[in-house]
Amino acid sequence: MLAALVIVFREVLEAGLIIGVVLAASRGVHGRGMAVGLGVIAGMVGAMVVAAFAAEISNAFDGRGQEIFAASIMGLAVIMLTWHVVWMSEHAREMTQQLKKLGGEVAAGSQSLFALGLAVGLAVMREGSEIVLFMMGILMQGQDTVASLLGGSLLGLVAGGIVAGVLYLSLAALPLKKLFSVSGFLVTLLAAGLAASAVHQLSNAGLLNVLDHQLWDTSWLLSESSWLGRVFHVLIGYMDRPTGMEMIAYVATACVIFGLVWSKREPVKAAASATTTSVRQR
Amino acid sequence: MIHFSGVPFLVRFSSRLLVAFCAALSVGFLAFLSLSAFAHASDEEVVEISIKDHKFLPDEIKLPAAKPVKITVKNLDPSAEEFESSDLGFEKIIAGNSNAIIRLKPLDPGTYIFFGEYHMDSALGHIIVE
Repeated sequence: MLAALVIVFREVLEAGLIIGVVLAASRGVHGRGMAVGLGVIAGMVGAMVVAAFAAEISNAFDGRGQEIFAASIMGLAVIMLTWHVVWMSEHAREMTQQLKKLGGEVAAGSQSLFALGLAVGLAVMREGSEIVLFMMGILMQGQDTVASLLGGSLLGLVAGGIVAGVLYLSLAALPLKKLFSVSGFLVTLLAAGLAASAVHQLSNAGLLNVLDHQLWDTSWLLSESSWLGRVFHVLIGYMDRPTGMEMIAYVATACVIFGLVWSKREPVKAAASATTTSVRQR
Repeated sequence: MIHFSGVPFLVRFSSRLLVAFCAALSVGFLAFLSLSAFAHASDEEVVEISIKDHKFLPDEIKLPAAKPVKITVKNLDPSAEEFESSDLGFEKIIAGNSNAIIRLKPLDPGTYIFFGEYHMDSALGHIIVE
């Protein structure tokens, strides 16, 4: 039961932290609930499909399939998160004004909502497929343990959801001006961490041998496999033993996103034209 | 401003989802094609580990230092296992009754612990590099 609780809690937490941050970063966007909901559902379906084809994926590309698949998924998530952060920063001022009026929401182009939903869906699919495989293993084992393991899984699901919910609520409780800068910053680091993880996967598959030496080891201070280490790994991309290439991927992704946000930030006088942009985006 | 007229939005959403997945997979495939040229499998140390009843066999592996390693893990159990090592920085899911390959860069001498994440109470082992 404890094993089930721990595994399900961990995977739900990892996906939940991403959803919490992304959801907080898109506060005040009309239709974000639907986009995130669809993303979660699509992610769960995807998780089952991935789990069903786990052996085939793993054996593809001369046994490198799982790493290539994971790296592709992470790369796509980085693009979606970048898209979302940039869009949000373009509309932050408008969003703040609308939110100050009670219940005011800003219409988002369906493309940026899609980016939001897809980023969520990919996170759910990635973590969810591990849960599905673990659960399938449970169901194959003895009948007597099934109930307690399912109970543990349920507890893990609830606990993971609660932690993610607390993160979202504490972010959402920030003053509006800070909310968008803090959550945008978090999404940026989250995306940078994913880019570094994608590099790690490719390196593990033996496909990227450039600058793959470990830069330092801080596992004595905060191990990446500890609970806190995992949370920081998801939220800001903490790595206890990064390689040069992972560092480059991390810094480059963060710089690109900050650069895009900075160059596209909303000019003070153009607040009105931003509304027309969002209408055109549909 | 924006109207979610239900079904059309769902259709657009899911068709985009499909396109994006295909795009991601083709990007991955291209990455594989372009990068596999760099991966050379010369003088790899080859090892085999089995998983049976959620235990590793053997659970102690001796490897030479400074040589790339290719570990083939055979999961003889019907249920999936996640073969993982925080020391070596990999985690890989191995479906029931199937094999997986893990590639390691040349290692420094030392002891490295690995485990099966789905059965932490029994699936434990370590690698000794000399």
